[in-house]
Amino acid sequence: MTFQEISESLQKKFGEAVLLVKADAAVDPFIVVAPQSICDIALFLRDDKAMQIDSLSCLSGVDRKGTLEVVYHLASMTLKHKLVLKVSVPTDRPEVPSIESVWKTANWHEREAYDLFGVMFTGHPDLRRILLPYDWEGYPLRKDYEVPEFYNGMRVPY
Amino acid sequence: MGLLDKQFEKSNVLVTSLDSLLNWARLSSLYQMQFGLACCAIEMMAASASNFDMMRFGVIPRATPRQVDVMIVSGTVTLKMASRIKRLYDQMPEPRYVLSMGSCSNCGGPYWEHGYHVLKGVDRVIPVDVYIPGCPPRPEALIEGLMKLQEKVRNESMAKKHA
Ligand code: SF4
Repeated sequence: MTFQEISESLQKKFGEAVLLVKADAAVDPFIVVAPQSICDIALFLRDDKAMQIDSLSCLSGVDRKGTLEVVYHLASMTLKHKLVLKVSVPTDRPEVPSIESVWKTANWHEREAYDLFGVMFTGHPDLRRILLPYDWEGYPLRKDYEVPEFYNGMRVPY
Repeated sequence: MGLLDKQFEKSNVLVTSLDSLLNWARLSSLYQMQFGLACCAIEMMAASASNFDMMRFGVIPRATPRQVDVMIVSGTVTLKMASRIKRLYDQMPEPRYVLSMGSCSNCGGPYWEHGYHVLKGVDRVIPVDVYIPGCPPRPEALIEGLMKLQEKVRNESMAKKHA
């Protein structure tokens, strides 16, 4: 399916939940959807006969200063089409439903996005830090992150 | 200061010849802790492999800190790893030596400014005997660092405690 066909069928099925369809983006065309319906949309994309999006290639976080964005790069191995979905949440309440139940790949990817950006994936079975130590404070890839002076008695700055 | 130290404070024939025997034994069998941290570890592995063959100097990798003499810190020391390195160092029997290999473990390397997770120099947690510059140092450089360490061991004496 082409991007246009996918976006039209998503708009037909989910209406209001599809916030923005950007077909002329600089790199990949993408669709912005409402965070609360990301789970339903993901399930539909996976199970619909015409979509069959069976793999989550990548899940990333982006800090847009004030809002946090989660970007889902999806692909169908069977039908050979790709799709980019985005959701955006306010930084002071960064809650996005977890899609771990739809694609298992999301488990560690969401933990990483939580670790580095502090996106809270609600419904995730095991939302712990994955790269940084468990006692780390703050989310280092946020734009307003301040490097700590000390960590466990070790000086951090050069 | 123990009695023995006082007794042999001034080197005599016995002390110096025992010294050179012990030092020779030590410097020709510097067992190495078998671990690597980042890209530098690849060069360390190359140095251990047949082309450069560090084993001809008696550097044999051991998988436990209890059996090693030298710790080659080869690569980026993250803050998460630093406490582990400290613990491993504490588990090594004395006399123990540390080779800091590469810019990362010397001073933070390419992560010196924005590496929020990198310890800027392994010497912030454990004492270092020889620093090897490079990113990564070639195996030759590592072997030269090893020669420097051997030189240090060769000049040690049990009469005056090593640093
Ligand atoms: S010094 Fe360079 S080669 Fe060595 S671990 Fe650091 S970045 Fe990698």
